[in-house]
Amino acid sequence: MKNRPVTTESPIVRVLLITSAVIILTLFLLMPLFAVFAEAFRRGWEVFLASLHDDAALSAIKLTLIAAAVSVPLNTLFGLSAAWLVTKFRFRGRSFLLSMIDLPFAVSPVIAGLVWVLLFGAQGWFGPWLAERDIQIIFALPGIILATVFVTFPFVARELIPLMEAQGSDQEEAGVTLGASGWQIFRRITLPNIKWGLLYGVLLCNARAMGEFGAVSVVSGHIRGKTNTLPLHVEVLYNEYQFSAAFACATLLALLALLTLGLKSLLEQISGHKAGGH
Amino acid sequence: MSISISSINKTFGTYKALEDVSLEVPNGSLTALLGPSGSGKTTLLRIIAGLEFADDGPGKILFHGKDVSAVTAGKRGVGFVFQHYALFRHMTVAQNIGFGLSVLPGSQRPSKVEIQERVMDLLKLVKLEGLDKRRPHELSGGQRQRVALARALAIRPKVLLLDEPFGALDAQVRKGLRRWLRQFHDEIGLTTLFVTHDQEEALELADQVVVMRNARIEQVGKPQQIYDNPRSPFVYEFLGNVNKLTNVNGETRYVRPHEVEVLFAAEQDPLTDRIGTIQHLFSAGPIATLSVRLKDGQFLDVEISRKQLEDLGLGAGDEVAIRTNSSSETVF
Repeated sequence: MKNRPVTTESPIVRVLLITSAVIILTLFLLMPLFAVFAEAFRRGWEVFLASLHDDAALSAIKLTLIAAAVSVPLNTLFGLSAAWLVTKFRFRGRSFLLSMIDLPFAVSPVIAGLVWVLLFGAQGWFGPWLAERDIQIIFALPGIILATVFVTFPFVARELIPLMEAQGSDQEEAGVTLGASGWQIFRRITLPNIKWGLLYGVLLCNARAMGEFGAVSVVSGHIRGKTNTLPLHVEVLYNEYQFSAAFACATLLALLALLTLGLKSLLEQISGHKAGGH
Repeated sequence: MSISISSINKTFGTYKALEDVSLEVPNGSLTALLGPSGSGKTTLLRIIAGLEFADDGPGKILFHGKDVSAVTAGKRGVGFVFQHYALFRHMTVAQNIGFGLSVLPGSQRPSKVEIQERVMDLLKLVKLEGLDKRRPHELSGGQRQRVALARALAIRPKVLLLDEPFGALDAQVRKGLRRWLRQFHDEIGLTTLFVTHDQEEALELADQVVVMRNARIEQVGKPQQIYDNPRSPFVYEFLGNVNKLTNVNGETRYVRPHEVEVLFAAEQDPLTDRIGTIQHLFSAGPIATLSVRLKDGQFLDVEISRKQLEDLGLGAGDEVAIRTNSSSETVF
């Protein structure tokens, strides 16, 4: 009998599993990705660049960046506070808070957008109140931001909570006995210990914020040049049969995805090295 | 700094961790909180530190007469050494030790130079000079423990609390550090409390041993005192090896294996002695332990010196007479 580690499968099983994994990966990930780039460049470089320089496209990119620039810091702040609260303290309502944090994951993105329409739309609860003061939330930037914040809510928190739970509170307690204040403990003890997990969570949060379609679609109103984010703009172009332009914009999103994955791997490598010393 | 603890209760949900616990810790003493897991000793230590607070009620903690029951840990002036050291992973040894000084409010905070000086002094004290730039994961268990100690001492605490300080270390390292801690305590004279489940450690190190069990204090006293005069079967059994013998009248007598005399079966005095057979003989070490099965079926461990064993020329399967006298027996 050939000598191999007890925990590996026989050669046949291994080949079978690896082959199926490669086939699935190719079919569902690599081919579509390749197709996006192929279609985007079908009519050549000039058309590709023109599609991205288009006013509507530029405004869509800008809107996407703004939505991310607001929701990522907000949710990072929220995620840090929630994770700190939940992992270092025991209080009544803790489990409830944990479930609420997961809510945006459980809810369909369409609903995530719809709730804002129901609250702040013209026929919504606050509709008349807002109209009186000439405040536009739905079909405008505020609505888009609200929808994006909602769907990216859990990312940082969900990344930090298991990490901080696993790290325990020993070091923080040591800080307490040494006379450090809450803020000093957070800044000098907790934060350095979670920095890689935090970056990872921010990265994922950002990727989702920029790529969100469903929720933003419901609240945006698709006003070309004003309330279309990049994903929405891709849909608009596609519906108008401007395939190359649509795919050109889509390549931006695909590149964002690849960049995110690359950074994620890098982070994993670095944090793995740091943790390896223990 | 003396510590006075009175009527402390602590409940976690429905679990009673401490029940009406009162204790006096004299200034400058080295006191051991000894007991099995779940006895409440760590909870008590943490309450003294201010990491937990006792249940509302009459319970009070006094440091040198001052009521600190409601004071937060940072302001109590206690140095705490955690069971797994809780060193700050991403800081160097020097930064760890200097941490308590670096977080002092502006007016009280020493200058960087002063902090560095103090750190170096402490490193010398705990015999870790030269390791100031290392990180915790580059240190051995014993070294980490000493860094944790130096870190706790940096803030000039009035009380030093140690939670199972040697629990995570190898037996040899443990022995060495035990001796070191005793010497260290004698040198600096700081009131010290440590938690342990190892009775040998408690009896060897402490001035005062507090035996705890099931959320209560069973007995307090000097090591020799409580070893010679245990007040309950639990304390007797916890502090050392035990033999339990039942008389014909159903009385249970406790006797330590080293206080049992063993003679040749032929020398038996029928009034005081019992006959038994040696089931097993363990003699690798300075003491020989004989496992004896008495005629009435009870078992007994006897400890004698190797020399005695050789003089008697005993071996497994031999018949012997076992003699105990009333002064070595304890009845509860």
